[in-house]
Amino acid sequence: MDVSTPTGMDERMRSPDTNPVSSSAATASALAVHARGVSLTFETSDGEVQALSSVDLDIAAGDFVSFIGPSGCGKTTLLRVIADLERPTGGTILINGVTPETARLQRHYGYVFQAPALYPWRTIERNVALPLEIMGLDAATRRERIAHYLKLVNLSGFERKYPWQLSGGMQQRASIARALSFEPALLLMDEPFGALDEIVRDHLNEQLLRLWNQTQKTVVFVTHSIPEAVFLSTKIVVMSPRPGRIIDVIACDFPRDRTLEFRETPEFIKIAQRVRAGLRSGHSYDE
Amino acid sequence: MTNSTYSEARPAAIRWHPTVVHYAPVVVIVLALIAIWYVAAVLMNMNIVRDAFERNETRYTTEELIAGTLSAERPLLPAPHQVVETFVDDVFGWPVTSPRSLVYHSWVTLSATFVGFLIGAVFGIFLAVLIVHVQSLHKSLLPWIICSQMVPILAVAPIVIVVLGSIGLRGLLPKAIISAYLCFFPVTIGVVKGLSSPDPIQRDLMRTWSATPWQIFWKLRWPSSLPFLFTSLKVSITISLIGAIVAELPTGAQAGIGARLLAGSYYGQTVQIWAALVAASVLAVGLIGLVSLTERWVGEHMGARP
Amino acid sequence: MMVAMIAPVTLHYQRVAFVLAAIGMLAAFVVPLSSEPTIGLFARPALLAATLLTAALYAGAAFVSVPLSIGIALAGVLLGCTMTLALLRDDTIAGYAVWGFWSAVLANWIAAWLCVARLASVKPHDKIVARSIDLAIPLLFGAFLFYLWEIAVRGFGVPPVLFPPPSLIAGRFFGSLWTLWDDFFQTFILGVLSGYLIGCGAGFLVAVVAHRFTFLGRGLLPVGNFVSALPIVGIAPIMVMWFGFDWPSKAAVVVVITFFPMLVNTLAGLDAAGHIERDLMRSYGAAQRQTLQKLYLPAAMPFIFNALKINSTLAFIGAIVAEFFGTPTVGIGFRISIEAGRMALDMVWAEIALAALAGMAFYGIVALAERATTFWHPSYRT
Repeated sequence: MDVSTPTGMDERMRSPDTNPVSSSAATASALAVHARGVSLTFETSDGEVQALSSVDLDIAAGDFVSFIGPSGCGKTTLLRVIADLERPTGGTILINGVTPETARLQRHYGYVFQAPALYPWRTIERNVALPLEIMGLDAATRRERIAHYLKLVNLSGFERKYPWQLSGGMQQRASIARALSFEPALLLMDEPFGALDEIVRDHLNEQLLRLWNQTQKTVVFVTHSIPEAVFLSTKIVVMSPRPGRIIDVIACDFPRDRTLEFRETPEFIKIAQRVRAGLRSGHSYDE
Repeated sequence: MTNSTYSEARPAAIRWHPTVVHYAPVVVIVLALIAIWYVAAVLMNMNIVRDAFERNETRYTTEELIAGTLSAERPLLPAPHQVVETFVDDVFGWPVTSPRSLVYHSWVTLSATFVGFLIGAVFGIFLAVLIVHVQSLHKSLLPWIICSQMVPILAVAPIVIVVLGSIGLRGLLPKAIISAYLCFFPVTIGVVKGLSSPDPIQRDLMRTWSATPWQIFWKLRWPSSLPFLFTSLKVSITISLIGAIVAELPTGAQAGIGARLLAGSYYGQTVQIWAALVAASVLAVGLIGLVSLTERWVGEHMGARP
Repeated sequence: MMVAMIAPVTLHYQRVAFVLAAIGMLAAFVVPLSSEPTIGLFARPALLAATLLTAALYAGAAFVSVPLSIGIALAGVLLGCTMTLALLRDDTIAGYAVWGFWSAVLANWIAAWLCVARLASVKPHDKIVARSIDLAIPLLFGAFLFYLWEIAVRGFGVPPVLFPPPSLIAGRFFGSLWTLWDDFFQTFILGVLSGYLIGCGAGFLVAVVAHRFTFLGRGLLPVGNFVSALPIVGIAPIMVMWFGFDWPSKAAVVVVITFFPMLVNTLAGLDAAGHIERDLMRSYGAAQRQTLQKLYLPAAMPFIFNALKINSTLAFIGAIVAEFFGTPTVGIGFRISIEAGRMALDMVWAEIALAALAGMAFYGIVALAERATTFWHPSYRT
């Protein structure tokens, strides 16, 4: 029931948010994500793999939450469970008060993958239109939304281009515009900037932060970059593998209009150290 | 807590053995197709059998009718067991050298197939090497090679045989030439692709070693092209078989599977045609198997993943 | 404007070759043209001028820049070929040509080859020019092959009943347009096209259903692969037995031949959509039909067109072979066997030319449609 106490971690360091006793039943449905005891075991040819083991987590609306950890710690799996792209084998989970499947069918979230996953046979504007076509919006609304969201990600003027004519960073921005176009309350992002070079990545981090401020959405962001997680989030969930579980949940209370220079400040470094300590205690740096 | 809680763990799925999962669909489909074949045989032969009964003015029950459709002399669609029976008879029932034996006919066609395949494959590889190394040929010759396949050589088969016959080439060679014309194309296209497949990185490395074009070909391009070569060889050998069979048709050849098809069609021996087709299919499968075995043997010696 | 990529050594050899071509042309003056007594070039003023000019052009091409040399050499080749063809109109030369004549032909051959080689090495910046050059090279190459055919057959005196020259075939072609049209209609429109549309359509539909029901797909794919390798043309006699002599039996053969490659390739194509794209559709709560229409089908297009191209040649083979097993008195295959039996090989070649043109046009249309719908595929962008 309780968050598993990380070995060797000080009591002081445990964030009050994660204590489930403090969140009452009435606020459970106000939470974007409410998970209790979520477990997922995969059957592979080599036997069973416990991708997730008794994960408890609450994400409030408007939070920017990062999942950080090494490969195999279950962060992507947890994101996919939220998105109803995987079914847990144990525990309960509610998205905006309903099951993940209902949330998916009611289009509560937009998903951004590691790769842009733009359809090469559609122009950028038709790619952004794809979810809108599926959800049955009329042509006028579609056009309006496309223009608005492409402007938001600074891609106005590229509507008629094809994905291969854009750089990796621009393709990923188009993918974000697509996820936003049908205006979901929740944005799920799985290492969206992982394939890009660092300078582009920093630039996109700034843009994403600005976007989040403007749209007030709840963002769940998977990464394995400590600076990225600390820079972007209001809450950092540190995970470790074998079995996949949450080691620590760290609240960050940074100014909302921060820039990249913020990454050299002492507050930033302190939180980054805490994240790294969590990773070490979860044996993420072991052989 | 709210009502719509997420459920307990999903029920344990039945773990089938991987072989079953892999083969079950095919087996089911094949059995279903055979069942459909039987039903079709009954329905299609029904009229013939009914007419035969009525001509003899015998009374018949439904069982006798159905039994009749599955064992008719000249059926419109022979039943599977009829085909198998005739096939077994024609293969094992006659001495191998007799013109009534399917083995004899298969051998005639097979020899033309092999010779044609050899000529076609060698020519195809030679053309491919030329095209890759001479830049102008790539742009000038390759389009014509593609066009050459659009000339239906099988339409040309009669004159090829007549013309070659007038210079004294009869029997195996004209058929082999037609097969070769048909089967060089996939080999050329595949080997061109294969010889051009090495990464630019690999080619640059060769340049840093000042390798000669022959060395680059023999040490880099040729080994890289082998997977493409074997894929095309499998396609090519089946095409060669088709070419050999069809080459026997326009001249009314006396021996070979094509000849057998022709004879069956002239004399209305439906089951004989089907048995010949089964023989041709067995040959095709056998030929592909041969190429696959060669591929595996070559692969083992070149460190391919098993 | 244009940049030619030729190594200096090759450039040197090419220059020498041009000079050799010029010399070869001039040899026609001194070396006898024919084994029979004939009028030499000095007594034919028009041809004399043509020969001199051609030799000059070849020599000139050796010393100018590469792009200019292509134009000059082409002009020379045109002139040289016309001159040799004109010589052949003389009965004392046609059939008896010897070294003088052949050295001129060889000179043309060398110059034409050099033209093609230099055109292939030119890399223009302009896209339209590049495309036109890509089209021109095989056309020039092919045109020269026809020239060689004509010259060789008439120069060596090959009996036209055995192997006619292109000019004769062209004459016969344009002289029998009605018969050719009837044959074309019977074999191609009635037999090939109808069978192709039904066979490919059926293969496509079955593949879509098999994709939806995984069990069916996993069973049909190996069966389809197996049957594709078999000599399906062998069912032609059975189809004739079932559908009669006329075009339905040909169409039936084409249907069976085209069905399996279409089935196998469409299934492979429908499976080609990536996992991420499929998850994306799932995250939108898309219905099965929407996912099929917006993801699986567009992603499958390259594979589908691969099958359509293969099938376009297979269909033709099937229809013509089927005609060997029984046909009314019209059809390409029928006409070929009849005329071959009569040793009227010029008509046979005219029919073959018809079949080749129809086949190329068919393939070309499918290839153009492919370009339009699969322009996005990586293989077009490299």
